[in-house]
Amino acid sequence: MRSRAYDEVTVGETLPELPVPLTRTLIVATAIASRDYQDVHHDPGLAAERGSPDVFMNILTTNGLIDRYVTEWAGPAAEVKAIKIRLGAPNYPGDTMVLTGTVTAKHDEDRRVEIAVRGANRLGAHVTGTVAVRLPGGAES
Amino acid sequence: MAQTEQDGYEKRLGEFAGREAAPPRPGPDPVNVPMIRHWVEAMGDRNPVYLDEEAARRTGRAGIVAPASMMQAWTMRGYAAATAGQDDGSGLGELIALLAEGGYTSVVATDSEFAFHRELTVGDHVGVREIIESISPEKKTALGAGRFVTTERTYLDQHGETVAVQRWRMLWFRPARTPPGGREPAALRPRPAVNRDNAFWFEAAREHRLVIQRCDACGALRHPPGPCCPRCGSYGWDTAEASGRGRVYSYVVSHHPRHPAFEPPYVVALVELEEGTRLVTNLVGVAPEEVEIDMPVALEWLDPDPELSLPVFRPVTA
Repeated sequence: MRSRAYDEVTVGETLPELPVPLTRTLIVATAIASRDYQDVHHDPGLAAERGSPDVFMNILTTNGLIDRYVTEWAGPAAEVKAIKIRLGAPNYPGDTMVLTGTVTAKHDEDRRVEIAVRGANRLGAHVTGTVAVRLPGGAES
Repeated sequence: MAQTEQDGYEKRLGEFAGREAAPPRPGPDPVNVPMIRHWVEAMGDRNPVYLDEEAARRTGRAGIVAPASMMQAWTMRGYAAATAGQDDGSGLGELIALLAEGGYTSVVATDSEFAFHRELTVGDHVGVREIIESISPEKKTALGAGRFVTTERTYLDQHGETVAVQRWRMLWFRPARTPPGGREPAALRPRPAVNRDNAFWFEAAREHRLVIQRCDACGALRHPPGPCCPRCGSYGWDTAEASGRGRVYSYVVSHHPRHPAFEPPYVVALVELEEGTRLVTNLVGVAPEEVEIDMPVALEWLDPDPELSLPVFRPVTA
């Protein structure tokens, strides 16, 4: 995996799209990996009792997928400094969330790059937010 | 709720602002490779610095680091505590009980804003301190009426140094609709296409009055509503109140296409009112196979949801 250098990045550039198929297994496995045992994230019957048509992805996983999306683009040398997200439409099984991102700001003093991120499913925006990463100075491999 | 009671409730909620949500508690386990592996596999994250010491060192790090987004996971209480319930005598436990008193029994996380001060390495032991910042007034949301509870979580390492700060917002809400045992939330009937020419008819229906448009020049009754009299061409009109008695002029039994607000098979009938106009409606209180042409019927009102009232008809003896 190649690491992106601070100087290579330009404000306005876009990150490659990342479609995430929302399988039931993904939703349950990620909830458990984040130690979130709320029933709405793994038990369809109890989710229905609580007014939800099905289980849905937990917010810790949305954070994890956004983190993955940005660091896949930025490379292993990047250090994540901030992840700010707002959730909208739930991620239900059987849907696909497509992640997109755009570089919105660069801060030379600490080589910090801000990326606006959006994850949309067929119901609309599941997540909107920004991620800040600190990138290495010179081009490196 | 009466106004004074309402004010009292607001005040009790407001008293939670600034309170500690829970006593500071260390996460159950220090940062460790098995939990990182479990996380990155589930997330599909192939960044090598989370599992490969060599790769991590090549980026200038001392060794493996945990994904930044895993921060909260290190402090999650786990299965046993989650299934034991929320009320642990903490400020948050008390707040949750007070919210339940107001009917806000369901919860979803809506916002998470993390600022990370440093990366976590294997062996770090993270704890969290959480302060309740604010409880919003009741807001209408797509999920139901609810209140946003905002807290600030400070993540501390084994030396008491801050490693991350998170602003965390959850919506506590009254579920808008509970599905009646089924998996689908109850669907609303399709909205009628209301326009300036027919609005009066639907407005009367909201008041459970079945009206018929009447030409004020020639007196002819007409339905469905329209801007101009088909008999004399006049644009002037008023309305007459229907008696509510009529006969089945024609009908069909609908099986398809299916719509979640309707339980097939159901009867769509053309009822001829005793005043002479006909309207498309549903028949109730009769099996589809028992419907007959010319069957006498009487008006009833159906209120499928708070925004909609529709006339339906039930067979009666002549």
